[in-house]
Amino acid sequence: MHNIKEEYDVVVVGAGHAGCEAALASARMGLNTIVFTVSVDSIAMMPCNPNIGGSSKGHLVREIDALGGEMGKNIDATFIQSKMLNASKGPAVHSLRAQADKQDYTRHMRQVLENTDNLTVRQGEVSEIMVNDGVIAGVKTVSGAEYFAKAVVLCTGVYLKARCIYGDVSQYTGPNGLQAANHLTQSLIDNGIEVRRFKTGTPARVDKRSIDFSKMAEQFGDERVVPFSFTTDPESIQKEQVSCWLTYTNEETHKIIRDNLDRSPLYSGNIHGVGPRYCPSIEDKVVRFADKDRHQVFVEPEGLYTNEMYLGGMSSSLPEDVQYAMYRTVPGLENVKIVRNAYAIEYDCISAIQLKSSLEFKKISGLFAGGQFNGSSGYEEAAAQGIIAGINAALYVKKEEPLILDRSESYIGVLIDDLVTKETSEPYRMMTSRAEYRLVLRQDNADIRLTKYGHKIGLISDERMNKLNEKIRLIDEEIERVKTVNVGTSEEVQKVLVENGSTELTTGVTLAELIRRPELNYEVLAPIDKHRPELPWDVQEQVNINLKYEGYISRQLRQVEHFKKLEGKMIPEELDYFAISGLRKEAMQKLDKFKPRSIGQASRISGVSPADISVLLVYLESYRRNLAK
Amino acid sequence: MVDTIAAISTSTMSSGGISIIRVSGSEAIDIVDSLFLSKKNIKLKNVASHTVHYGNIVYEDKLIDEVLVIVMKAPNTYTREDIVEIDCHGGILVTKRILEIVLKSGARLAEPGEFTKRAFLNGRIDLSQAEAVIDIINAKNDLALKSSVKQLNGKLSEKIKGYREIILNNVAFIEAALDDPEHIDINDNVDKMTKDVDNLVDNVNKLLKTFENGRIIHDGISTVILGKTNAGKSSLLNVLARAERAIVTDIEGTTRDVLEESINLSGITLNLVDTAGIRKTDDIVENIGVQKAKKYAVDADLVIYVVDSTRDLDDNDFEIMSLIKDKKVLVLLNKIDLEMVVSKEDIMKHLPNARLVSISAKEEIGIDNLEDEIKEMFFNGNIQVNDEVYITSARHKQLLTEAVASLELVKQGIEAEVSEDFLTIDLMTAYEKLGLIVGEEVEDDLANRIFERFCMGK
Repeated sequence: MHNIKEEYDVVVVGAGHAGCEAALASARMGLNTIVFTVSVDSIAMMPCNPNIGGSSKGHLVREIDALGGEMGKNIDATFIQSKMLNASKGPAVHSLRAQADKQDYTRHMRQVLENTDNLTVRQGEVSEIMVNDGVIAGVKTVSGAEYFAKAVVLCTGVYLKARCIYGDVSQYTGPNGLQAANHLTQSLIDNGIEVRRFKTGTPARVDKRSIDFSKMAEQFGDERVVPFSFTTDPESIQKEQVSCWLTYTNEETHKIIRDNLDRSPLYSGNIHGVGPRYCPSIEDKVVRFADKDRHQVFVEPEGLYTNEMYLGGMSSSLPEDVQYAMYRTVPGLENVKIVRNAYAIEYDCISAIQLKSSLEFKKISGLFAGGQFNGSSGYEEAAAQGIIAGINAALYVKKEEPLILDRSESYIGVLIDDLVTKETSEPYRMMTSRAEYRLVLRQDNADIRLTKYGHKIGLISDERMNKLNEKIRLIDEEIERVKTVNVGTSEEVQKVLVENGSTELTTGVTLAELIRRPELNYEVLAPIDKHRPELPWDVQEQVNINLKYEGYISRQLRQVEHFKKLEGKMIPEELDYFAISGLRKEAMQKLDKFKPRSIGQASRISGVSPADISVLLVYLESYRRNLAK
Repeated sequence: MVDTIAAISTSTMSSGGISIIRVSGSEAIDIVDSLFLSKKNIKLKNVASHTVHYGNIVYEDKLIDEVLVIVMKAPNTYTREDIVEIDCHGGILVTKRILEIVLKSGARLAEPGEFTKRAFLNGRIDLSQAEAVIDIINAKNDLALKSSVKQLNGKLSEKIKGYREIILNNVAFIEAALDDPEHIDINDNVDKMTKDVDNLVDNVNKLLKTFENGRIIHDGISTVILGKTNAGKSSLLNVLARAERAIVTDIEGTTRDVLEESINLSGITLNLVDTAGIRKTDDIVENIGVQKAKKYAVDADLVIYVVDSTRDLDDNDFEIMSLIKDKKVLVLLNKIDLEMVVSKEDIMKHLPNARLVSISAKEEIGIDNLEDEIKEMFFNGNIQVNDEVYITSARHKQLLTEAVASLELVKQGIEAEVSEDFLTIDLMTAYEKLGLIVGEEVEDDLANRIFERFCMGK
């Protein structure tokens, strides 16, 4: 035997957005880590939309950053346009979104990986997982090389048995013609892992020179850019930004699509994977929302060093000629030249209900999974799972308790909890409405919520933690101060109020009460706050939000308390649900299948009714009493 | 071994009705055996399951009450444990006394919902009933317990589901727009939402009022209005119910069948049954009504006997009076706006225990007195109402009130131009409160609705 045999603490399979975070977290936690990719040139590749963040996804990026992850820093270094979405709405739904220079993004992340201690980057297709008695032992590559490891993290994205389709053209490749991973699926199945097939799609990329931008509306970035990473100095990223462009489909576009539906593989039955409802192809939109006479098309640059433009809103798997015809009906695209066709992609993935909340497989110790492989969609969702899977793989090797974030402290917690407790039938996408406690899970306070965990496990330096503690101290002090500062009815006060469209005071109030008025905020009241200390902008922001929305926030915190109670009622892993006679059969089966870690988690499993939970509570109580006897 | 629990069973405590004490657990039969003296001198532990036995409850050599005892052995019982039910006739005081004795003899008082909890834990309760169990188990008191078991009126449930639908659609619009602000404009929905919320507040408030008027509640004091033909029963019913359901004419015998109307007097629900005038008749249709009327009179908690004071008492009146002489009776001397020929004394001779009020149903004279009299009968304990329904309404009322409060917050929020992401908090609270009434959970409603209705994303 001349095959290579090497030994690592942790193997990460895949170097997309999940794999990068997993590998970095593991290596930074001091574990000897190797990350495999089918092509080193495709590290952290963005095969679909050219942006990072967006509603709720921006929250995820901030949380990744708060834990010590890389995505936020990487986009701060490579963005070419940035916007705070919903800026006119409440702070809970403010969300950052930045256009990335795709190549720069990839290159930058690759540099980070290549220069991280304890981390080896290796090109190669992993074809098998090695499992001994339900415990992971390592992986094998197609070349026969064996890499032994105490933990393995699967982040295969859309590459497992990937197939790209448009019209009647079907190619067994990953995105952008990259090599698919065709062997690993069978090994997973052989080891008892259930595999399913999802699909997604992407629009065409077109040549900038063939577009008439005069027929489109220009979309600018924000004047003042807010960084994703809590470690990025805002001053350092204020730069010239590029524009995106908005145009619309029309009846003619829709007619062409309708006339050619029979040539779409989605409708002809050539595609079997389940696609997401929230990211429909243009043909899906036209069919499902037949009453809409137009759909938006966002024309977005793919980077500074390319003429390729992304046609957001028009993903498709129609044949090449139909793609041309339909794109050319759109104002500004009359003479458009396609660089890359739109296509749909099918791939193997798993239902994440086979995983624990730590993202470890229930049936195979030491095997973890993250990203699109787990049935999610989106770069940010992938990265969020990646960092958790990487952290927990490292903690597993270190024989420490896993890091499990709950729904009341993070979007990452909501994402993973949804994935492992809900049998979703389509790729899972994050949304702020999925977070029950979104008022306290804001993108502006992700550091306050999560950095302590990153510090505890060693991903956040003492210096960064101390800085944060100081920030928290300043916030608390200032809130206390503002609550006790009384504002009289002096002429100066009334003038400031009137200037800001507020009503004059008849009696003195505290500054805090004034901040709560919708038309006022902490900042504009500075002139009448004589003893205000000089504070950093992020401290001021927290003071303002916490005072302004105190009523709503404290209401939500009470709900969180209730939630924590149920979350804290742990269910012993060995519990035999079939022995609980009061449970309905469906509930027994579901609970046995999911093996929830807590009553709270059990209550979120579909098919488990409140009555079942009640029974479970009663049963656990008697179970506990019996044990106590 | 499970300990044995006992409680006064909730269903009926109406006057003349039966009160039930339920005992469940492994010692249920032994405990009742020690108190029960069978007429036939048999021991309950020797009897077959699901049999009824007649005898006395005797404690410390004193006869407490004459009772029927029903023995049901496990597992074919409500709780899947041995159950003994003691049916006694002696009113609430005696019932309570018997319960005390049962408790002294080794049972403990059941916690709220405990029978149901046991039933459930022992695998007895099926899916359809299971939904109510969490309420039962969490019930803070006996009253809440009674309400949880009560099934919902279908029309009400439909209404509430409709309201939830409207709320969900609005929340879905807001969330879709927040999620994808560049594709969906939140402002497109503001007017519709404002209108929807206004309507919801009005509708739920209306619903609350109907609850307060007791129209939704079907149980209560079953009340029968009796009187010979054309004594003014239907007019009375209309006055009380403020609805034109009974046909009122001056021609004898126009009320052909039994009509029911629930009305509410200061929180007391009366289920009024208007009957065809009792009169010897050859008309077959009407005759059926007469038979029904008599039957209702026997079963009623309260009989309102309307006397036509302008006509002498006749055989019909005497027949009615003999029918109801043992019932709780409120006599109404009607038509006092006309020349009276019947006096109070004439009635009292036949119904010495009845209460008596003079009214004119047509002119609505004395109606207040009538209401006061019924209230007094209620509050004096002369009528023991079935409290189950009253509590049901209280729970629903509570939830509806909370829903309206949340919707009012939404209204205020819209006026103050609060950001929509705050409005959804109160909208969803209202949605959940209404959901508690119809027993529906939130789960993934919202995400599904967003995807269904809105064209999202790339």
